[in-house]
Amino acid sequence: MNEDNYLNAGYSLRSWFFTTDHKRIAILYFASLIVFFLIGGAAATAIRIELVTPQADLVSSDMYNRLFTMHGIIMVWFFLIPSIPNTLGNFIVPLMIGARDLAFPRLNLLSWYLFMLGGGVTLFAIFAGGVDTGWTFYTPFSTLYSNSYVAVAVTGVFIAGFSSILTGLNFIVTIHRLRAPGLTWYRLPLFLWSLYATSVILVLATPVLAMTLVLIVVERVLGVGIFDPKIGGDPLLFQHLFWFYSHPAVYIMILPGMGVINELISCFSRKQVFGYKFVAWASLAIAALGFLVWGHHMFVSGQSLLASLVFSFMSFMVAVPSAIKVFNWTATLHKGSIRFDAPMLYALGFIGLFTIGGLTGLFLACLAYDVHATDTYFVVAHFHYIMVGGMVTAYFGGLHYWWPKITGRLYSEYWARTAAVLIFFGFNLTFFPQFILGAEGMPRRYHVYPPEFQVWNVLSSGGAVILAIAYLMPLVYLGYSLFFGRRAPANPWDAPGLEWQTPSPPPEYNFDTQPVVTRPPYQYSPDFAAEPQNA
Amino acid sequence: MPDVEAFAPQYASIRHRDETAELGMWVFIATEVLLFGGLMLGYIVYRHAYPTAFAAAGRHTDIVIGTANTAILLTSSFLVACAVDAFAAETRKICITLLSGAILLGLIFIVLKGIEYSDEYREHLVPGINFSFEPANADGAQLFFVFYFVATSVHAVHMLVGIGLLAVLARLTYRSPDSRHRAALHSAALYWHFVDVVWIFLFALIYLPGRST
Amino acid sequence: MRHEWTSFWHSGVSPHGRDVDMLFGGLLLASALVLGLLFFLLTLFCIRYRVSNAVDRDHRIRKSWHWEVTWTAASLLGFLALFVWGASIYLDIFRTPPDELSVFVVAKQWMWKVQHTGGQSEINALHIPVNRPIRLVMASQDVIHSFFIPALRLKHDVVPGRYQDLEITAERSGHYHLFCAEYCGTEHSGMTGEIVAMEAADYAGWLAQQSPSASLAQEGGALFRELGCSGCHGTGSKVHAPALEGLYGNPVPLSDGSMVTADDKYIRDSILLPRSQIAAGYEPLMPSFEGKVSEDQLLRLVAYIKSIGGHRS
Repeated sequence: MNEDNYLNAGYSLRSWFFTTDHKRIAILYFASLIVFFLIGGAAATAIRIELVTPQADLVSSDMYNRLFTMHGIIMVWFFLIPSIPNTLGNFIVPLMIGARDLAFPRLNLLSWYLFMLGGGVTLFAIFAGGVDTGWTFYTPFSTLYSNSYVAVAVTGVFIAGFSSILTGLNFIVTIHRLRAPGLTWYRLPLFLWSLYATSVILVLATPVLAMTLVLIVVERVLGVGIFDPKIGGDPLLFQHLFWFYSHPAVYIMILPGMGVINELISCFSRKQVFGYKFVAWASLAIAALGFLVWGHHMFVSGQSLLASLVFSFMSFMVAVPSAIKVFNWTATLHKGSIRFDAPMLYALGFIGLFTIGGLTGLFLACLAYDVHATDTYFVVAHFHYIMVGGMVTAYFGGLHYWWPKITGRLYSEYWARTAAVLIFFGFNLTFFPQFILGAEGMPRRYHVYPPEFQVWNVLSSGGAVILAIAYLMPLVYLGYSLFFGRRAPANPWDAPGLEWQTPSPPPEYNFDTQPVVTRPPYQYSPDFAAEPQNA
Repeated sequence: MPDVEAFAPQYASIRHRDETAELGMWVFIATEVLLFGGLMLGYIVYRHAYPTAFAAAGRHTDIVIGTANTAILLTSSFLVACAVDAFAAETRKICITLLSGAILLGLIFIVLKGIEYSDEYREHLVPGINFSFEPANADGAQLFFVFYFVATSVHAVHMLVGIGLLAVLARLTYRSPDSRHRAALHSAALYWHFVDVVWIFLFALIYLPGRST
Repeated sequence: MRHEWTSFWHSGVSPHGRDVDMLFGGLLLASALVLGLLFFLLTLFCIRYRVSNAVDRDHRIRKSWHWEVTWTAASLLGFLALFVWGASIYLDIFRTPPDELSVFVVAKQWMWKVQHTGGQSEINALHIPVNRPIRLVMASQDVIHSFFIPALRLKHDVVPGRYQDLEITAERSGHYHLFCAEYCGTEHSGMTGEIVAMEAADYAGWLAQQSPSASLAQEGGALFRELGCSGCHGTGSKVHAPALEGLYGNPVPLSDGSMVTADDKYIRDSILLPRSQIAAGYEPLMPSFEGKVSEDQLLRLVAYIKSIGGHRS
């Protein structure tokens, strides 16, 4: 790594904080996301410790309510939504399409500053005294009754929303206009199809959240009753507006993860992804259908039965493209040549955990069962299986896969595999008991609970300890690799994508000459050697 | 006019850069459609629930200023469209004059809006500050005026941004009317037209209810 | 409470509770099959096609669309079946209850106040007779709460500003958890109670034991006079206000030409938002009682107006 690359292209603070290089911006995001993940994780740790016993012993009820709110807000808006798009996406997208940067590099930097500003405002609200509304901010509690820093926290999220919109805008334009010669849509790696679908949701759904948050602040600060039943306002209108964004938001979170899995499964089975076109269009279908299901959060809210029927039906429909993807990934393994490097362990873990999460989503889409299970730990387990078991696993998988490219270093395969396995077991031990808790009827957001729920809570908290340790392990061995890891070659996995046809780490302008693409992605010859996309 | 200007390394040509910038503005406009759309959806829900109150409240809006502002904005959009057409080194003075006209009209819009807001303050139509209305329709009317003030002030913020953009571009046109700035003007014009279209929707939703009877 | 390891296998004690449990069983079975198949295939492929295993890897599947159509169609059919199954039970759960035995529930931060029509009141408890459908009329004093009885596999949100009807029937006597299931503030997890289902004789005995001073309707009548309602709506009033005898349950023509049925919601809205629906032939003179009357008092007024409407409550 003696030649010039983007890391040694400048060492000053100015060269980092005023950079327009997508790779450096990805690193800026990566560092800030670690901090937010640790803060959100600390809240989760406190929650799980408190829930070991049925009574209140660690914190007061007010404090507990602030803890789970903080956990939700930080994890959703300041970790999950930006994670893959803003770290792996920012770094890899231009490389993967053979471009020198994103379409709008300065907007990219602005996006990071907005993210940090929003995060700062939200953290201020949290540490000044906290918010106790839940990350869902339901009215009229959040607007008229809560004695906490609602307006400040909401403003922080509002600002961060613009960061999301700019990222989505940048990716859409980049994927449309900056593809290398010969890189047609059907030659794009599926990671890009997924990010494209994610970006469509980012730009269309986030503004509705922005407007809803404005209305919360207006009601709270000016005391006008937009959602106040006493002057004819409707609390359910808030729920519709909120979930119109927040349901597509969960697809913002999971689609990039699915995108990463395509790359991992194909590389480590040395095989083209089975049913490429189906998987590509499934991503777009998920994005489109994802806008039509928001009412499944409101089956017992008092919305009309007809609305509930429609939303339940659509929720089953949106599960179809996800099912298609899972079957396609499994079929990819058939007659492949499978290696069990750490990224592949994460990918396999993803398939299992995401499938469990998705199947339990069917339970919740099913109207009659949702009446029992909604607002219980069944829902909590369901979304953690998708978000943590799915999304965070995929993030770690992608991080390990592209780590040599990003840093120019190789990590310890032994520790990486150990962490992957430990994460899988710790995760299941933490969250599977929560399905049982929910089926038994333990409501969510409960600080104290009846004693018969204790045994499953203890198991869950025990799992959380293992999971916490497992999540901290990569900090150690990946951090170690930065200084002492072996230097990575340009293409350590022998993969065919364009990002692997440039040195590790890449030079500042990615490619000396623009690659010309001549092949579809994921081409491996019969003896499983990669055929690069641009040879 | 030979284009010897430089362009950023991720682009293949000047034309590539300019077309990409325009696509960016279209995507941004899509996000704005959803922004205002969400607000209008809330308005429509409440209007459906309280038709008489919304009609009564609608009659209290200042249709003269509202109509004048609509005409002003439409004219300003026309001027901006002409300015885009007139963008060239030889006709830059015409272009700048047209842009200045549009900016002036935009500022008049803002001033008229300000006059309208102060009238509404005097008539006790500002929710949260001094709202009072005939008791029969007070609740629905308050909801109407909440949406009125939120929607028109968000729109006004967009107008101010648009005026700023046009002003910056007028100056850039004067200094260096190159293709980069042509593309920038084109994008700014798109934005301006969009803000105009939003106003037309707001005009119909705010000023026209209750006036047909 | 006895420590249960597998209490979630205890069947629901309501008529549709068994249907919900069967649905759950069906979902569980379908999921187990799919997951089992998936894990089997993943394990099989990972072992058989691992890189160090020299096995025939020729004749890979080229045309994928047969498989795609097959598993897409299978998923679609399976999902449709689950949708129909769940939807049919759901419609059953939330059908409008007949006006049988009504009990009024007011949710407020952070307790459940229960009013029986005979005037018996409870806090955080609800006594009901077994095998009789009970119509709950629920209202919230402040924020959104949710009335959740896990044993009956039933919950519904209680949203401020509206009445929520819910039919519950317990098939076995016993004590069952009542939880608030919508986060509502500091003591959300303390807003719990119990449903006590009793045999008919025991229930009658319990009702008698409560010795309420007056029935809900009687208390409503007293409120009707105290709040001044009789000043306009009573006989001999000089104000032209609609008479309320015989009103309940009957259609009311409104000033805008439409018709509405005088149900609980109509009565409540008339008291809180009187100008929203003016009865035909009357002036909009009635003042609003928003802020002057609590949800408990509203329930009593509704019960009173129902009692003079010729209906049994």
